[in-house]
Amino acid sequence: MATSEIELTINGHLQRLSLDPRTSLLDMLREHLALHGTKKGCDQGACGACTILLDGKRINSCLTLAVMHNGAHITTIEGLANGAELHPLQAAFIEHDAFQCGYCTPGQIMSGVACLAEGHAASPEQIKAWMSGNICRCGAYPGIVSAITQTANASR
Amino acid sequence: MTPFAYHASPDEQDAIASAVAGGRYIAGGTTLIDLMREEVEEPKRLIDINQLPLHDIRETADGLVIGALARMAEVAAHPAVARMQPLLVETLLEGASPQLRNMASIGGNLLQRVRCPYFRTLDAACNKRRPGSGCAAIGGINHNHAILGTSDHCVATHPSDLAVSLVALGAVVRIRGPQGLREFPVEALYRLPGDTPHLEHTLSPGELIVEVFVPYGPYAQRARYLKVRDRASYEFALVSIAAALEIDAGVVRQARLAAGGVATRPWRLAACEAALVGQPASQATWRKVAPLSVAGARPLSGNGFKIELLQRTLVRTLELAGEAA
Repeated sequence: MATSEIELTINGHLQRLSLDPRTSLLDMLREHLALHGTKKGCDQGACGACTILLDGKRINSCLTLAVMHNGAHITTIEGLANGAELHPLQAAFIEHDAFQCGYCTPGQIMSGVACLAEGHAASPEQIKAWMSGNICRCGAYPGIVSAITQTANASR
Repeated sequence: MTPFAYHASPDEQDAIASAVAGGRYIAGGTTLIDLMREEVEEPKRLIDINQLPLHDIRETADGLVIGALARMAEVAAHPAVARMQPLLVETLLEGASPQLRNMASIGGNLLQRVRCPYFRTLDAACNKRRPGSGCAAIGGINHNHAILGTSDHCVATHPSDLAVSLVALGAVVRIRGPQGLREFPVEALYRLPGDTPHLEHTLSPGELIVEVFVPYGPYAQRARYLKVRDRASYEFALVSIAAALEIDAGVVRQARLAAGGVATRPWRLAACEAALVGQPASQATWRKVAPLSVAGARPLSGNGFKIELLQRTLVRTLELAGEAA
């Protein structure tokens, strides 16, 4: 099967890749670019562990093909911090103990960053509804909601 | 995943020609890629239609036009949709997750495939996936399955929330194909399973949904969507109701009703609609018409609860719609 050439900007860096069309955006990040922060949970769009920002919008990277996104701009968990300075939501996750095993955390944080940018973090109830695409089997939800709430309040 | 060739189509003409030649359209991909990974779907050639100019949402004199490639999130956040058809905003936000709503297109939402676990399990009998192999759901786990519009060959529910509200609102799909443009009500897009459950819709090979037209009506501002499910969000419906009412001086002038989660296609509740006209907008009226919603229902071993749940959900949605606007 022929490969397809694509070019994407990932965390500010232009990347040129030659990929089997079957490659998901998630597998491209993990297997071809060694960006292992984005996690593969269910690989069927049910858990949110693979959440990234595609042209500024949160998506499940497991449910789309890399070849469909030639020219796109992608942000992953590796692209959030400014050098040694954590993104405010990353810092808030640590402060609020918003994880246990940590596997869902990159997806939670990417989804949370989008939730804040969308203006869907006005109350704990709204945060819960708009974060429902990210499952945490350890049950760190109270910490996650607190971390997002604090970050939303700090930016107001 | 079975290997396939990928083609990004530049325009409708190219896309339709490629599909007539055996290609398969892909837009958001949230259903198709999932099923391809399970090898339930094995297209030989994918035609990426995302470059086609079908993303717009616009108002016309008599309604709303939604491009087939508009994403669920874009439609839900659009000011004209909120103003003219608040039911669609409520419905869209009850479906999927924020991430999926950013990906999934309106055309793809209407054509999404069923969530029956046996459809997705290659070694289970499924007449939809392998015609003639039987239906494992009928004697299996069928808590989520249909009670209306079923056959001895298939009992899977249609999973779209949006389609339920579009059917209630009398929306129309506009289709482009090798023979040109045609249009028909969203309701007519779906087939009953009968003895051919593998045939799900009424589109011909190569035909492409290009837009959805939602007519404006005096009931549009008094419309609600209520979705009952096993968890509070990010789950498919056990039962859902879209209800839109025109009420004048306390009397129902017009009612538009459809149910989801209970039938093999979005289920118009025509008998209930007719029975509501001319009746006082009251709790007593809502209760009186509710039994008409389950006429002909055939419960399975695990979903008999839907007979009562459908009626209660209908009453509650009519209450909410009656209070709206």
